[in-house]
Amino acid sequence: MMTSSSVLKQQHNLTSDRFWAITGLLALLLVVNMGISLSLGSFPTPFANVLHALVSPQKSDITFIIWELRLPRIVLAVLVGAALAIAGAILQGIVRNPLASPDVIGITSGASLAAVVFLSLLSTYLGSQWLPLAALSGAFCAALLVFFLAWKGGVSPSRMVLVGIGLSAAMGAATTLLIVISDDAAAMVAYVWLTGSLYATQWQDVAGMLPWLLVAVPLCLGYARQLDTMALGDLVAQGLGINLLRSRLVLMACSVALAGAAVAFAGGLSFVGLMAPHIAAKLVGRHFVRLVPASGLIGALIVLNADLLGRVAFLPSDLPAGIFVSGIGAPFFVYLLYRTRRRRY
Amino acid sequence: MLSGQAAKVAGLCTGGILMLTSFIASIMSGPTDIPPAALLTSLSDYDPTQVAHIVLRTERLPRAVIAALVGASLAIAGALMQTLTRNPLASPGILGINAGAMFFVVVAVSLLPLHTPASYVWAALLGALVAAGLVVVLSRGRQGELPPLRVLLAGVAVTAMFVSFSQGLLILDQQSFESVLYWLAGSVAGRELSLVAPLLPLFGFALLLCGLLVRHANALMLGDDMVAGLGMRAGTIKLLLGLVVILLAGSSVALAGMIGFVGLIVPHMARGLFGVDHRWLVPACALMGASLLLLADIASRVLMPPQEIPVGVMTALIGTPFFIYLARRQQAQ
Repeated sequence: MMTSSSVLKQQHNLTSDRFWAITGLLALLLVVNMGISLSLGSFPTPFANVLHALVSPQKSDITFIIWELRLPRIVLAVLVGAALAIAGAILQGIVRNPLASPDVIGITSGASLAAVVFLSLLSTYLGSQWLPLAALSGAFCAALLVFFLAWKGGVSPSRMVLVGIGLSAAMGAATTLLIVISDDAAAMVAYVWLTGSLYATQWQDVAGMLPWLLVAVPLCLGYARQLDTMALGDLVAQGLGINLLRSRLVLMACSVALAGAAVAFAGGLSFVGLMAPHIAAKLVGRHFVRLVPASGLIGALIVLNADLLGRVAFLPSDLPAGIFVSGIGAPFFVYLLYRTRRRRY
Repeated sequence: MLSGQAAKVAGLCTGGILMLTSFIASIMSGPTDIPPAALLTSLSDYDPTQVAHIVLRTERLPRAVIAALVGASLAIAGALMQTLTRNPLASPGILGINAGAMFFVVVAVSLLPLHTPASYVWAALLGALVAAGLVVVLSRGRQGELPPLRVLLAGVAVTAMFVSFSQGLLILDQQSFESVLYWLAGSVAGRELSLVAPLLPLFGFALLLCGLLVRHANALMLGDDMVAGLGMRAGTIKLLLGLVVILLAGSSVALAGMIGFVGLIVPHMARGLFGVDHRWLVPACALMGASLLLLADIASRVLMPPQEIPVGVMTALIGTPFFIYLARRQQAQ
């Protein structure tokens, strides 16, 4: 007869096996998807040529297309998708509400406002390489403001959501104002940026995005266990010796950094941070140690495919990936709300 | 709060005077100076050779009329929504009704040859209906209750969905983008009086229905059983009040685009002054909502000349601090 602890252990091993199998499968899918993405475009390239150009780059058109046009864009899509998804997963853990996401809580709109301020007022004086910095600082300011305004001897998650909704509305209004007062061409640039686009990505964008992931993701994984405990409620978590304020601050900072960086380099892609964690939770369960990597992979897949669609589905025009992300993401969100409609939050 | 019948009547009269003053101020302010005498003469004997008369008749008057109409409608719609959902943060802007109406209008403009508010009002009404239905279906609990945070999240989700769909459509169809951009941001400028006329029956019908239902709305606040005491089913009353909200909000969006926060702030101010009785609340909301939007529209003209700020942006900037104040207080209870 098995003891209860060995049953538990066996179950744990089973779910652990399942986790590795699913994560491995997702990673494989991502790699294959990136390969397909590399060979498709306005100038279709057979896969053998892609491989050849990748392994031994020469001075040819194909090498240029693969290395300078498609690869940076594809890599950035993967990084941005992963960052948004992980930011969403962490935020949903902190707020303890599966409907929270960087969009709802004002992070995305803060970054967008800062970026539009930059595009419409400052871009004539400063080069476009400062745009990501502007967007990131916007994201952090918005998050700080939400935190500060929701503070009342502590920060309750639902108050944060409410304050975030209000602030998003104000920042959205300010963004609209800037778009309306700038001339038509600048307005369209800003509008496309707001929708989220990976058009004309360069390697320096990838280099700007990567450090944020390298810092924030390990930190998130380090705090993942605390996040699991926090899911049991403030009192339980405090009883188990967790410094709620510090954990929340660190995790919030990670979430804002990831979402802000993603918005900074790819514009306002919405719904990824909401969708990916849900799909991931269905596949690997709600333990954050597993949820974070799985969400990251799924987010990467979503943005990669949305960008692929935008690039090749409506040739010769190159549409912003954001259209497709929200085209799938918004109905998904509605479906999600419908599925959880009997719950009280 | 004003207590007693006489004080409330006096309060409503003050509100009426405030609205009239804002109305006249709205007509008088702008880049072209208008002599006060021209105000009356432009109405009594219109002289198309005088600049003042032309500006008054084609620009200032329609603008003030639309601002007053839309402000009053949105405020009443907001008050009714707060009653219906028992949620102090409910309003047509927050709960996605404006966004739904907007999306359907964008679809109509980019697919059909429609160019005036009167022609796309039906799209706006349909959109408002779809959005409201969606929010209710998505957030309704087992007993038909609407949990406050959930309603708001559903509203935000529906708003985000319709806004991003509209963004996508407008990027695909850049020609419509330029023609609807200013309208999207919420504006009462640049519309002719003849555009308002076809919508008046809708506003009139909605206001009439609302007037007939004020007692039932009062009963609804006390509980569904109380409505039954008045000889009607609570479900029917809720549907009818919902219809009023959709008519008012949808027509407002068709006329002036997305103007948020009027429906949120004004009912709270009106409740603070006149109490929760809808017989006083609804007319107070109408007067105060009209005044607020007229004043916001004046501010949008004079703050950044020669640029005009869309009035929807103005109301959002005024309204957000109020929303956050309410959100903070919400938790204390």
